[in-house]
Amino acid sequence: MPIRLYMLQRLSALVMAPLVLVHLAVIIIAVRSGLDAETLLGRTRGSLVWGLVYGTFVVAVSIHAAIGLRTVLDEWAHIRGKALDAAMWAIGLGLLGLGSRAVYAVTVG
Amino acid sequence: MSDGIDNAAATDTLDVRVWRGDERGGDWHAYRVPAAANQTVLDVVTWIQRHREPNLAYRFACRVGVCGSCAMSVNGEPRWTCRTHVQDAARDGVLRIGPLRNLPLVRDLACDMAPFFDRWQEAGGRFVPSSDRHADIAAISPESPARRIADAAIQCINCAVCYAACDVVQWKPDYLGPAALNRAWSLVNDERDAGNKDRLRAVAGDAGCHNCHSQHNCTRYCPNQLDPGASIAGLKRTTMKAALKGQL
Ligand code: SF4
Ligand code: SF4
Ligand code: FES
Repeated sequence: MPIRLYMLQRLSALVMAPLVLVHLAVIIIAVRSGLDAETLLGRTRGSLVWGLVYGTFVVAVSIHAAIGLRTVLDEWAHIRGKALDAAMWAIGLGLLGLGSRAVYAVTVG
Repeated sequence: MSDGIDNAAATDTLDVRVWRGDERGGDWHAYRVPAAANQTVLDVVTWIQRHREPNLAYRFACRVGVCGSCAMSVNGEPRWTCRTHVQDAARDGVLRIGPLRNLPLVRDLACDMAPFFDRWQEAGGRFVPSSDRHADIAAISPESPARRIADAAIQCINCAVCYAACDVVQWKPDYLGPAALNRAWSLVNDERDAGNKDRLRAVAGDAGCHNCHSQHNCTRYCPNQLDPGASIAGLKRTTMKAALKGQL
């Protein structure tokens, strides 16, 4: 793995770690306080903070997972060269697309 | 030259299986070999070659752990056979001796070491002088921190035991591997060397040190008690600092 990808993967992990905790806390609080979907969406829609939290999370996950899966494909499927980088980009952009759709749905509507 | 077995008081025999064949295929062959005190795995192979299979291919030179040419797979683990005692290596009384993995096979127990030495060159494992023969001898204190790090990694005998022990080498054959990276780390810390720019670039590439999973199989098996895993961690830190400074 080239050093730039290595550093990006560490950096994205650093960003993800606190956001995972925030996400877990949100789930626990939401479930324990018995909020229904409507109330939750009412709080997240139009909220810049939630948009930023989950937007950043989605970007970090897309980068981190794409680089990690690049290594798995390299070592286990023996995909090399341009095909390997193409697969990495496809995974990253795919996750970014799916994640952004979800963030849009929760924060904009 | 005595092989240490014929003239010993051999009361017992060993159950030995040796892999014979080439790249196209092969099989395990069974032999009974007279047991002797302090017998090494290389003694066993030599006995089979002298008494049973004159055309058995294997490699050795020094027989005292210096040249690094006798490494084989013994009961599935890479070992220097001239310093591995049968009593430590046998499992349930059986000794299975095969060629090292992760290297092309020449025949029987002899591997082609060329890819291993190619990685050495690709990792910038060659000393690049910073002055010429007319300059005074560089005064390097053996106590200086950099020299201590260089010395800790320098006693490599090129046996390829670590290379055979590394799963990443198996999965990604162009990975530079523990021995070449360990050598690069020794040179990175050699104050007389002038090749670090290219070297750091080489070890930071797609086949470089960042492929290492840090599980230290290399360190576990290195017969010279070197720590290639720690050397690779050092390379990761140094290349990262260089990248942050825009030097890569
Ligand atoms: S620590 Fe790195 S070089 Fe050593 S065996 Fe593991 S992956 Fe290979
Ligand atoms: S680092 Fe150790 S195991 Fe690897 S080639 Fe050198 S001496 Fe052999
Ligand atoms: S024969 Fe030289 S190291 Fe074993």
